[in-house]
Amino acid sequence: MINVENIQVVFGKGTPLQKQALNGVSLTIEEGSFVTVIGSNGAGKSTLLGVLAGDVLPSGGRVTIGTADVTRKGTAARAGLVARVFQDPLAGSCGALSIEENLALAARRGESRGLTPALGSKRREHFRERIAELNLGLEDRMRDRMDLLSGGQRQAVSLVMATLAGSEVLLLDEHTAALDPGMAEFIMNLTQKIVSERKLTTLMVTHSMRQALDFGHRTIMLHGGEIVLDVAGDSRKTLQVEDLIAMFRRIRGQTLDDDALLIG
Amino acid sequence: MSQIAFWGAVELGLVYAFVAVGVFLAFRVLDFPDLTVDGSFPLGAAVTAVLIIAGVNPWLAAAVAMVAGAAAGMVTALLNVRFKILNLLASILTMIALFSVNLRVMGKPNVALINADTMLSPFYGLGLRDFYVRPLFVGVLVALAVVLVWRFLESDAGLAMRATGANARMARAQGVDTSRQIYLGMAISNALVALGGALFAQTNGFADVTSGVGTIVVGLAAVIIGETLLGARGILIALIGCVLGSILYRIAIQVALSTDTLGLQASDLNFVTALLVTIALILPRLRRGGAA
Repeated sequence: MINVENIQVVFGKGTPLQKQALNGVSLTIEEGSFVTVIGSNGAGKSTLLGVLAGDVLPSGGRVTIGTADVTRKGTAARAGLVARVFQDPLAGSCGALSIEENLALAARRGESRGLTPALGSKRREHFRERIAELNLGLEDRMRDRMDLLSGGQRQAVSLVMATLAGSEVLLLDEHTAALDPGMAEFIMNLTQKIVSERKLTTLMVTHSMRQALDFGHRTIMLHGGEIVLDVAGDSRKTLQVEDLIAMFRRIRGQTLDDDALLIG
Repeated sequence: MSQIAFWGAVELGLVYAFVAVGVFLAFRVLDFPDLTVDGSFPLGAAVTAVLIIAGVNPWLAAAVAMVAGAAAGMVTALLNVRFKILNLLASILTMIALFSVNLRVMGKPNVALINADTMLSPFYGLGLRDFYVRPLFVGVLVALAVVLVWRFLESDAGLAMRATGANARMARAQGVDTSRQIYLGMAISNALVALGGALFAQTNGFADVTSGVGTIVVGLAAVIIGETLLGARGILIALIGCVLGSILYRIAIQVALSTDTLGLQASDLNFVTALLVTIALILPRLRRGGAA
């Protein structure tokens, strides 16, 4: 479960560029729920994700993940609760390490790391099995450096990495945005499979309204650092991309000319 | 080149292999350009020499030298992590400060260890000639250090350190406290360098405050020569490359200096070093260019 209360985030406080990135956002996401987040550039999507991940520490409010108050905890300190896949395929894994070393690193997320060999034969076999499930043929390339993989392959491995250690929540930060359409679809289906199989509490930020409505149980829209739309259940089932755009127009009180990329 | 000169070069190469492995940890594993080594190498030599003269067991003296080196590395890490000073500059500050520290430790610029008991003393006079004993002894220690560092870097803890250098943001997302890794890595790196300094003092019979000048270049030269020769094929190969690179560097220098036709003097050493490192840096590029 995720609970954020009245979160305030201000960037560049006291400078001419001061920006209220999140203005009193409150949100509760139940255990096992899959929530999609949309909004234009600068709406606060990434900041919200950062607040949950620990990259951004809010100036006001409270963040609870599971039963733990993590408001003042940094990224590393709460990593045991939060699994994450980044937008940039290069960001979520170590290019200089092999596939299996990346997996070994992720398998100990949030746990202490001792002097045990990172890749004992038992762990190697386990990692191989998990990678084989992807059907990408990567199980025969376990010792290859991660940076030899394509963006899509890296995202697929990142998804596996996110599920190797237990966690309270899975954060997806536009994790298909840098991929070609075919690979993006593959990654989304894989995401769907992993999330439903493991009943993960998931927050997915996306630029694609299509994705936002097709996946998950609930959709929220951010604008100007506030939640302006929160739909779930039956009202969401009948919602179309066109409706979202219309709502978005109404909220902004202006045309969407410069936000063509929102319609995808 | 005489046999004595050859084995002397091997011995010095093995002593500096500790520097090379330390530099590899900082520059390659942690991606931390660390010049502290120019200060921690003579620090190791100074601490060892002073303690041995005071009658301390030479093995214990070397251990204390490692602790001193680790502390020096931690200071650099502190300046960088805690006070956000640029890593290169932080290490230069520590390096400069260590020059004064080393003078204080020794009380004078140079301490001789003539007739003092060293780690090597029990092994002299066992039938092997001295110029074999020294490289053999240091070589065994180098092998031990390589195995330990290799096992560490392939453990869960070592993987966290490698991730810190390769992708700090990802490492933090995996729960790695990257600040702590920098402290730890810099401590291990400079402890190894200080051990190199301690062995330098014990094999050469003196500690000198100026012996640290250019240590970083020599260490980097060894790392780069190793990489050029063996390529990137995993941690163990890279570490062996550091040792090999360090030895080959010393032999190359020895050859350059002892070849009369070149007319080189000992004072040309820095120029030859710069030339060697440059060649080692250009060589892989040329090779790639030729293949393409």
